[in-house]
Amino acid sequence: MKDNLKEIIIKKMLVAAASTSIFIVLLIFLFLGKEALPFITEPGLSELFDSRWIPVSFQKEIFGIIPLITGSVLVTAIAAVFLIPFGVIGAIYISEIATFFEKELLKPFIEILAGIPSVVIGFFGLMILNSMVKDIFDLNTGLTALTGGILLALMAIPTVISISEDAITSVPWSYKEASLALGASKLQTIWRVTVPAALPGIIAAIMLGMGRVIGETMVVLMVTGNAAKISWNPFDSVRTMTATIAAEMGEVAFGSIHYHALFCVGIVLMLVTFGLNMIAQKVLKKYQMR
Amino acid sequence: MNKNISENIIYWLIRIAAYLIVFVVGYIVFDIVIKGLPKLNMDFIMGFPRRSGSEGGILPAIVGTIYLVSGAILVALPLGMFSAIYLTEYARQGRFTRMIRLAIVTLAGVPSIVFGLFGMGLFVIFFGFGASIIAGSFTLSFMILPTIIVSSEEALQAVPQSLREGSLALGATQWQTIYKNVLPYALPGMFTGSILGIGRAAGETAPILLTVAAFYLPRLPSSIFDQVMALPYHLYVLATQHPEADKVLPMQYGTALVLLLIVLIFNLTAIFLRSYFRKKYKW
Repeated sequence: MKDNLKEIIIKKMLVAAASTSIFIVLLIFLFLGKEALPFITEPGLSELFDSRWIPVSFQKEIFGIIPLITGSVLVTAIAAVFLIPFGVIGAIYISEIATFFEKELLKPFIEILAGIPSVVIGFFGLMILNSMVKDIFDLNTGLTALTGGILLALMAIPTVISISEDAITSVPWSYKEASLALGASKLQTIWRVTVPAALPGIIAAIMLGMGRVIGETMVVLMVTGNAAKISWNPFDSVRTMTATIAAEMGEVAFGSIHYHALFCVGIVLMLVTFGLNMIAQKVLKKYQMR
Repeated sequence: MNKNISENIIYWLIRIAAYLIVFVVGYIVFDIVIKGLPKLNMDFIMGFPRRSGSEGGILPAIVGTIYLVSGAILVALPLGMFSAIYLTEYARQGRFTRMIRLAIVTLAGVPSIVFGLFGMGLFVIFFGFGASIIAGSFTLSFMILPTIIVSSEEALQAVPQSLREGSLALGATQWQTIYKNVLPYALPGMFTGSILGIGRAAGETAPILLTVAAFYLPRLPSSIFDQVMALPYHLYVLATQHPEADKVLPMQYGTALVLLLIVLIFNLTAIFLRSYFRKKYKW
């Protein structure tokens, strides 16, 4: 009987521990919402859709998050241009082409890359890539959306490679054997059979990578120049949603309109990454069912 | 013949793309090691910063990071281990389990700056801790919780079912079985996961930006309600906020190297331990 009671108590404790994740997620939404909500009554939700973000001004502060969103979108799009080919090709190479020894060499490098703190990548960008971009494209400053995009792609590559690699390796051998037996070359097999069969997993990997890119803060804060303006030029300075929160939250007065506006930016950010994550999980799950 | 040549060219292009990633990683690490190494001496590591970080050492930042990471792991490790035990040993398929899994995946995807916002709203303001070690540690612990849960689950799942069945058949209760016959074999894997979590927590900047990090505070903290300096934030400040950022270049590289070394040592240890235990326990 005593044993029984102990078992029940332990199980209850474990349930409580496992529930904390749910609890934390709910708390995150609750607190972001609570601190963002006052913006709707004062100055009103429509103010958020202004095309200018001027948080400090002698006349009128304007909190339009459109330039911040376009900044995030531009940097993310540039990152995708580098991330998708390098991530997918890296995964194909490691899982299908590399010899055993090459794999043993390549994988630790990818793991090291995954471990480098974002502030160190940002520092490297500031010191090295900054002047490279400036010189190559003959610009006034290397602190551009392009510089940020390249570094973000680099940061997300380990995510994309490891998940795509799982998807590619889990394609049944019989598919590849059938293709090779019909006279297709190894490359044709990879391109026409293996990759299409693994495509849902690869797409999920890219989406998770993009989620990381949009949410990344320090790199963009350090290297994109932080000019809050609407621009689609990769050689312009841009300011992302994450960098805005990081740069301005420290100086803002608690409870001011600016304070609430930054929490609104946080909610947008949270919803975007949450959406990307959910879709990626759906794709992965469907894929595993087959 | 023609087809062969073009295939070969494509092979080489793929190979070059793959090795380009390796080259860039090597370049980053090499650059920071070479330029940071001259700074790596006792005065720098054990010294206090002077003149707002232009001179002196980085001891308070190292100590601050150690405190933050210890606090984070103290909270996240038990929570993560117990969550994983519940999920692998007790949970049935159902709504509750699905909700937990959904929450873990969501948590893993939350941007680090949003963790910072949340930590500020909850710990700094709502609980009234102010910018402090305790606020920063809790924020970091929530961030690394998914990492610890997932790797702990893997470690538990790797223990063969027969070990559980044998124990249960002998009349042991479920918890006795887990405690005596499952956990001992899963613990190494669980700790490996927590080492990975430590590495992540040590390198993160955005969550501590709003919850704990001090710009310049050349003394050691005396309680968990104190602000501290932290290595990643110190690097950020030296590189972008310092009035003479160009003149303190060696300080920047030194800080970057110390941070990189700490994080890489934790990560490589975890990678090494993982492969060691995989080989040791082959069922």
